[in-house]
Amino acid sequence: MEIQEIIQMTKTLCEAPGTSGREDGAAAAAEALLAPLGPVSRTPLGSVLCTVCPGEPGAPHLMLEAHLDQIGMVVTRLEKGGFLRVANVGGLDCRLLPASPVTVHAREGRYPAVIASTPPHLCDGKEKPLKMEEILVDTGLSDEEAKKAFAPGNPVTMDGAFTMLANDLMLSPAQDDRVGCVAVIAAAKMIKEKAPACKVTVCLSSQEETSGYGAGTAAFALAPDMALLVDVSFGDGFGVKDHECGQMNGGVEIDLAPAVNRGMFQRLCDLAKEKEIPWQTHIMGGRTGTDTDIVAASGRGVRCGLLSIPLRSMHTAVETVSAQDVLSTARLMAEFAREVK
Amino acid sequence: MKLLEQMKELTQLRGISGCEDEVREYLIQKIQGHCHRYEVDNMGNLIVHKKGRQTGSKKVLFSSHMDEVGFVITHTAKEGMLHFAPVGGVTPAVTAGRPVLIGKNAVPGVIGTRPVHLITDEERKEYAKLEDMRIDIGAKDKEEALALVSLGDQATFIGPWRELGDQSVLAKAIDDRAGCALLLDLIQGELDYDCTFAFVVQEETGCAGSKAVAFSQRPDIAVVVESTTAGDLPSAPEGRQVCRVGAGPVISFMDKGTIYPWDLYQQATKIAEANSIPWQTKEGVFGGNDARSYASSAAGAKTLAVSLPVRYLHAANTLANKTDIENARKLLALLAKELPRG
Repeated sequence: MEIQEIIQMTKTLCEAPGTSGREDGAAAAAEALLAPLGPVSRTPLGSVLCTVCPGEPGAPHLMLEAHLDQIGMVVTRLEKGGFLRVANVGGLDCRLLPASPVTVHAREGRYPAVIASTPPHLCDGKEKPLKMEEILVDTGLSDEEAKKAFAPGNPVTMDGAFTMLANDLMLSPAQDDRVGCVAVIAAAKMIKEKAPACKVTVCLSSQEETSGYGAGTAAFALAPDMALLVDVSFGDGFGVKDHECGQMNGGVEIDLAPAVNRGMFQRLCDLAKEKEIPWQTHIMGGRTGTDTDIVAASGRGVRCGLLSIPLRSMHTAVETVSAQDVLSTARLMAEFAREVK
Repeated sequence: MKLLEQMKELTQLRGISGCEDEVREYLIQKIQGHCHRYEVDNMGNLIVHKKGRQTGSKKVLFSSHMDEVGFVITHTAKEGMLHFAPVGGVTPAVTAGRPVLIGKNAVPGVIGTRPVHLITDEERKEYAKLEDMRIDIGAKDKEEALALVSLGDQATFIGPWRELGDQSVLAKAIDDRAGCALLLDLIQGELDYDCTFAFVVQEETGCAGSKAVAFSQRPDIAVVVESTTAGDLPSAPEGRQVCRVGAGPVISFMDKGTIYPWDLYQQATKIAEANSIPWQTKEGVFGGNDARSYASSAAGAKTLAVSLPVRYLHAANTLANKTDIENARKLLALLAKELPRG
């Protein structure tokens, strides 16, 4: 697979909106990419499933998972003058919000808007970051127009044009975890070219950023024997400590944590070496903070491997990811699936 | 509408203080055939002389500034990250987490942050400091970074022109490309009296450009066409809102740089009222603009400031109102008709 295909898929998926619990836009975009690979369905909680290979009778069932939702906000109240009060969906850094461009997803369509901020002329240098409940979204609409257009419950996403930096670094909101989705879809494509013995199902889960219920319920329904999960990890730079991060362009990060199956971890490391796929590891002592925690303990339990893609500026409108690392992740998953019997 | 179309194009040009070339070239192209004479002085100010049907008794100069706030690249670190300094008043709150474009080739970069997951409760309560922020262009080391950008390159905000509903527009650099667009519109029309128009450099870093223009042009009256800060948020008490978007152009009696002559202020407000143009004043003494240069240079000029009320000034996304823009256009046309008469 060419790197350009990874970049194009990332752009497509990042431009489709889908905050936690409201993944419809992203789900539709993902389904369009998955449709050529096998039958697609959606769970009651909004996760997207696709059976890529039915597998030989009695062969193990492998689930490839990433989460579909992105962080954002939700309208809680209409204020006077076309302003909206909002709450966060997932973890946001309120220090980064002032004067940020956002989109309000209303019934009749998308409305561009901006987070209100205090201009420097009116600042005394002692300003403290606002709390979430103090944040206002300025829609530029009159009271009358706003009343017609918006309602509490409307999702709000952070804007940013998909941009390429040097060394195949991609800049865009929502790369957490659309790049994981891209890696999973790319791996499914590679697997599909030469069907393996095992059954392979793709699961793009809803609601990871708020609860993990999307992955938990989907894993229960699918009841796979093993799962490879892809999420993002902290990329190096901007003062993140060495032991907390993965290296940008350093290859697929193979993670170990109590919820990760040690045999799978070892096999993934060996396979990366054998196939000369760039890789790195990250060892965690407790929860992974990914869907792995809930998938590993779903149903009768699932053997899990966790792969991470390093990402800079997590949970912001300027998330940065190396397309090469996404490709390495996809390749390792495909190689792994080929040998499951 | 041509005025809005040109305003849109002007906001999307890139030019921090000292790097106004793109804006000046655009304006020179647009004034061709609409003026008697123009000059570019040693500082880079563009001065346009336009003949009216007659010459008035007062020399009136309209002035707006071409520069926008932004950043300048000061250092490249060994891991390829760029250090930068603000150019003009930019707060940390609107800087962290922003994409930027760097240098002549508009190399994309991003002012990244440590993820919210890793910051402490103490850190959460304060904005990060500008001097601790870095720009990432994806370079893996210093050498690679310097192949893409140079020290001294400008870094500009990215803020596309977007229309919000029927009335509002959102873009970067409305301060003061809106002023430039309003002056350009006057130049492209017909005038009763001769007028001079100055598109000045380096307002945001201390009004240097207008000092040279004030000295060389010696106007009797200088009308500064600006963007000023509107604080009309539901969270701000009315007494702290300064001015309001949608309530008309702002005519100032005083700011931190200038005390505007009371007679000229009154004349302007009466012209607005006589022609049913909504106007407002700046309710508080904040900010400042090129009027200070015109008031204090050479033998001094009488000054007037007409500003567009704009929310979130000096950030990547600032909000203005189309009716205000239209009313500012009407008011400026009347001022060009009345002020030169004396």
